Amino acid sequence: MKYKEAKLILKDGSEFIGKSFGYETNTNGEVVFNTGMVGYPETLTDPSYSGQILTMTYPLIGNYGVPGKKKENGLLKYFESDNIHCRGLIVSEYSKNYSHWNAERSLSDWLKEEKIPGIYGIDTRKLTKILREKGSMLGKIIFQNENIDFYDPNNADIVKEVSIKESITYNDSGDKKIILIDCGTKYNIIRSLLKRNMCVIRVPYDCNFFQFYFDGLVVSNGPGNPKMYQKTIHNLKRAMEHDIPTFGICLGNQLLALAAGGNTYKLKYGHRSQNQPCILANTKRCFITTQNHGFAVDLKSLGEEWQEYYVNANDNTNEGLRHMTKPFLSVQFHPESTPGPYDTEFLFDEFVKILK
Amino acid sequence: MIKKDLPKKVLILGSGALQIGQAGEFDYSGSQAIKALKEDGITTVLINPNIATIQTSSDFANKVYFVPIKTNFVKRIIKKEKPDSILLQFGGQTALNVGVDLHKKGILKRNGIKILGTPIKTIQDTEDRFRFDKKVKEAGLKMAVSRTAKNINEAIAATEVIGFPVMVRIAYALGGLGSGIVKNKKELIEKAEKAFRFTNQILIEESLYGWKEVEYEIVRDKHNNCITICSMENIDPMGIHTGDSVVIAPVQTLSAAENFKLRSIGIKLIRHLGVIGECNIQYALDPNSDDYRIIEVNARLSRSSALASKATGYPLAFIATKLALGYALNEIENIITKETSACFEPALDYIALKFPRWDLQKFKQVSTRIGTEMKSVGEIMALGRSFEEVLQKAIRMLDIGMKGFVSNNITFKNLDKELAVPTDKRIFAIAKALIKGYSIEKIHKLTKINKWFLYKMKNIVDTEKKLKKKQLNKIDYSLMMEAKKEGFSDLQLASLTNSSEFEVRKYRKALNVIPVVKQIDTLAAEFPAQTNYLYLTYHGEENDIPFPSENQIVVLGSGSYRIGSSVEFDWCCVNAVMTLNKLNYRTIMINYNPETVSTDYDICDKLYFEELSFERILDIYEKELPEGLIISMGGQIPNNLAMKLHNANIPILGTSPDDIDNAENRNKFSQILDNIKVDQPDWKELTSLNKAKAFAKRVGYPVLIRPSYVLSGAAMSMVINDKHLEEFLKKAAEISREHPIVISKFILDAKEIDVDAVAENGKLFCYAISEHVENAGVHSGDATIVLPPQRTYLETMRRVKIVTKKIAEALKITGPFNIQFIAKDNEVKVIECNLRASRSFPFVSKVLKVNFIDIATKLMLGEKVPKIDKSSFDVDYVGVKASQFSFSRLKGSDPVLGVEMASTGEVACLGDDINEAFLKSILSIGLGIPTKAVMLSTGNLKQKAQLLPVTRKLYEMGLKFYATKGTADFLKANGMDATVLHWPLEKKEPNVLTYLNEGKIDLVINIPKGTDLKEIKSDYMIRRKSIDLNINLINNVQVADRFVKALSRYKEDELAVKSWDEYN
Repeated sequence: MKYKEAKLILKDGSEFIGKSFGYETNTNGEVVFNTGMVGYPETLTDPSYSGQILTMTYPLIGNYGVPGKKKENGLLKYFESDNIHCRGLIVSEYSKNYSHWNAERSLSDWLKEEKIPGIYGIDTRKLTKILREKGSMLGKIIFQNENIDFYDPNNADIVKEVSIKESITYNDSGDKKIILIDCGTKYNIIRSLLKRNMCVIRVPYDCNFFQFYFDGLVVSNGPGNPKMYQKTIHNLKRAMEHDIPTFGICLGNQLLALAAGGNTYKLKYGHRSQNQPCILANTKRCFITTQNHGFAVDLKSLGEEWQEYYVNANDNTNEGLRHMTKPFLSVQFHPESTPGPYDTEFLFDEFVKILK
Repeated sequence: MIKKDLPKKVLILGSGALQIGQAGEFDYSGSQAIKALKEDGITTVLINPNIATIQTSSDFANKVYFVPIKTNFVKRIIKKEKPDSILLQFGGQTALNVGVDLHKKGILKRNGIKILGTPIKTIQDTEDRFRFDKKVKEAGLKMAVSRTAKNINEAIAATEVIGFPVMVRIAYALGGLGSGIVKNKKELIEKAEKAFRFTNQILIEESLYGWKEVEYEIVRDKHNNCITICSMENIDPMGIHTGDSVVIAPVQTLSAAENFKLRSIGIKLIRHLGVIGECNIQYALDPNSDDYRIIEVNARLSRSSALASKATGYPLAFIATKLALGYALNEIENIITKETSACFEPALDYIALKFPRWDLQKFKQVSTRIGTEMKSVGEIMALGRSFEEVLQKAIRMLDIGMKGFVSNNITFKNLDKELAVPTDKRIFAIAKALIKGYSIEKIHKLTKINKWFLYKMKNIVDTEKKLKKKQLNKIDYSLMMEAKKEGFSDLQLASLTNSSEFEVRKYRKALNVIPVVKQIDTLAAEFPAQTNYLYLTYHGEENDIPFPSENQIVVLGSGSYRIGSSVEFDWCCVNAVMTLNKLNYRTIMINYNPETVSTDYDICDKLYFEELSFERILDIYEKELPEGLIISMGGQIPNNLAMKLHNANIPILGTSPDDIDNAENRNKFSQILDNIKVDQPDWKELTSLNKAKAFAKRVGYPVLIRPSYVLSGAAMSMVINDKHLEEFLKKAAEISREHPIVISKFILDAKEIDVDAVAENGKLFCYAISEHVENAGVHSGDATIVLPPQRTYLETMRRVKIVTKKIAEALKITGPFNIQFIAKDNEVKVIECNLRASRSFPFVSKVLKVNFIDIATKLMLGEKVPKIDKSSFDVDYVGVKASQFSFSRLKGSDPVLGVEMASTGEVACLGDDINEAFLKSILSIGLGIPTKAVMLSTGNLKQKAQLLPVTRKLYEMGLKFYATKGTADFLKANGMDATVLHWPLEKKEPNVLTYLNEGKIDLVINIPKGTDLKEIKSDYMIRRKSIDLNINLINNVQVADRFVKALSRYKEDELAVKSWDEYN
């Protein structure tokens, strides 16, 4: 089989030539890198990658194929959403042959099915260093020297593409009712709540959830700039006024901060990996976490009633918030992991504990 | 971390001699531990008789004891040194076992010594299979179904529950010693009988043959932070010891769910066990589901942790020491990035492949089959960005004459069997099968190797097909790039395109296919890192570092440990680098052995973890443009490259490669010796079998046959008749086609003398003369060596010195060299000369306290070195170096010494006289002092007579004597009683084997005599049984003599425990 040549062009003019192993179409987006060494089926279906072209720093991708679409509790068992969300995939070496007991097709076939371009043969370390030094950058993958414009997901209302349109309820008979604000939630947030026998009412990001009876609120992860989520922020403010137990994850951490009157800012190149050390503030306890975010909370912008919950051991950025007196907590990392270490899964238990 | 909580004086137990299952990795971990302690201002006391290690160098521990790592010795040192704490995790199983013993006997408690890091209870929980099983169950985790057995009946009962096949394991065993899969009751009884000789408890467990085998390295601090540093997947599935498996890091065929599930299980168990520091956990993973079993936890630094450390760049041993001191993970800096915390899990943007290095052809009668007991003597690690690239690199790094995965000259009689029954050559059988068109499915069925690896291997075979028979200039850029990305070397391409390596290089460079240098930074480039840890790859277009730099010197390392080349050469390399650093050169190290200190992150300015091949060295040279290369420290691999590098106009420091060739080429060397009137044994270059026979007839058998340019006497043999001659010539021709074979007279009953020396522009600068305990005929690497000599005539010494001077002058030597002599009646003859550092350089440097490597390095760089005071060589104490053998791990091998080297490691101890030093050395390599009975079979009449005085001494010590008929008669004639035991082949009772089996004998003196086939076989059976049952065996007349003399002078408690600096 012949693999077509494709070109990656960055906003700064850098060019990389690779070969296509995905769907053959031009694409554009924000180029980011992830240093995780395993878990491409989960990563690719993480809705937070919406609008982005994803570079894998780990050089061998495709080894264990792609699992089948088995469902559990109405959710795909082996994926984090129903579809691939990034707009393109960049790897060093694509493994044409795969081997795994639960694989049903190759990564290449999956990308083609989902109409997502993928290129291999790229010096991903060189690319990563560019992104690290100059910051995440717009880029495009083009075939046959066609030209397309760059696309900046940070100025777009991409949440519409990843949030559900109508609310869904899981495990009606659960112990407590949780509203999950779906800004592009990963399935494992839902699974983690179901595992604790919660009833999960998954609602669209802009839903006025006060129509429901519920015990607590979870604000999911999601793509893009948190400041684009004005409706969600507005609803969160209202929930806070009612002292509703709230747990924010990733984007949820940022939305909680914004709702509390704080500020967020864009990180140079973000955190996208499965090995970020986070310290439980003012202790010697350190946890390894999965992360995928380009924005962060400016802790200083928040009032004194907000405490830093976790802090990143590498660059000291904020990794979570906790209210001094009220049942609000949030983390910047992903306690639901997938893919990544399960070390902070206990946070779901912490959340369940603060439900009235 | 509050500094006042830190200990003040820490005792560290090393691992002793290198042996199969416990090799150089503990020099790496111990050295890092000492550095970590010193950084905190803690005084360190190290016990390790392995004199060739870097950790026992003067710049490391505050006090070094070259004494046996045995409870009694350690106890006496504790009394003397009064340490407040002890570290047990850095000396392998040896240190751990002694540590547990010290604890059990209450010695630690009585002396107020704190065990740093993982508590003893945890160690016992992981070492005792029964307790471990319980702990795993408590944590709600799964282990293979198993039963412990304290005797054979219990073992049989266990199999009735589990069902055959079962795995038999032994508690507290190093490298899986004595364990294995048994298929039926008969095999079980055989295995169990043997096992109960070593232990009083075995484990019978369900066989997980064919499951994936994966490992994780885990660290935990006392604040309960627990992280995994590296995941590793064995390419060879369960059933092959992990030490003998090809291993890749990180895992390749596991999904995220499986990977993180195993990670969580590991962390859960490690927390439950209470490890503080570093440990390793092994799992079996079902290839058809996510079911798993925990295999074992090693609550100490291990071979795997050394590998993980090198594979990730995360300094595990250093960090583990800090954790043992009580630091939290996030209080320690990431030494690589200097910007981030040590509390993180490395992200790799490359892969690392470990390949075991076997040396099985060195042993007679040994089975080449590999399985649950480790047989490899070393390992290598290849770095790259594709599986194909690392696999081919790795195979070349083994230095076994293979060009890569393909393009080798190797054939198999029964390919299917080679695939199904693994041997050290299986990887080549897979290549052959793929070339022959076997389906992936079929190979998978036969080998159980995951198909993903096989697909990747097939890619290499497919590319080879594309290249085969193609003319070099018909290869376009894209095919050339593809081949290089898949790890094809220029030499491989040359053989495929019928051209030369040099032509390929030229053409390839014209196509602009050039490798790039990438850094290992632990974080996949996420953060900027000032790392000096480098590798080359064709999967990239940008170098990570700028070129060239000024004032750089390259030191070539020694590659994988194998018989004849191990930690000694690493000591030489590291010392050369340290001297260069002091002289303000920027140092570049090239080496690929993960078990070494030379590949540590902080030894040199730049570390290229790369092949020591002409191609790769040239690649690096052309980028870095160093001032010169030092090739005389890393043993035979760099030495063999001398001429090639020289011809490529690369500046070689020290003795000119032309002169190296003069010494290596037997013909040229002999000419030179004749010219300077230096004597040598009669010899002849071998051109035909008939001429060889004629030569042998002229000088008389025995004769010695050896190819030139070899280390440790590979393919070297003593030949006793024409028939032997024919056999051995065939073997030698296979090993080296490029270099001529030489036949020489073998002189009997001669002494052997070693000179290690350094010269400057042909002038001898310093030298050390050592004598062998064994007579000539035992390879110098196996011999017991004494410094200064105790029984060599002054006249002999004088002659040796004169010859050494002459040779230094004739070969215009600048740098280290070594000459071996045989001496008989004051006549000395040169038998070998190497213009490089030798195995004994660390020994002589440390005994004399004159660092020969430091001097040699300075002289090679034209530095002035002050003359050494003659009195430095006149020491009042004696150093004895003894060799460690690993026969017990090599089933079936005949434990005899010959001209081909067989030892895997060495120790050396100091003493106020030879008896003391000798006895300490012998105890250090595992021999014990006999208290019950001796089994004698003392060779031919001459040998019997030679041994008479010592036999009498033994007799007088009150030991009971057993002997074979001939020996018993001889003893009786000399007034000593011995119970006659029948030869093994006689199958009559009382039989030697029965008595050995029943544990009635604790010393076997068996001197091989070689004429009657039946006797040869019987002798072999006695020796083999002794080894299998862990009974002291002495097989050499001179060693027996020395041993008994020493025994008659010293009791174990009378052997002084004096530190290195107390010998003046």
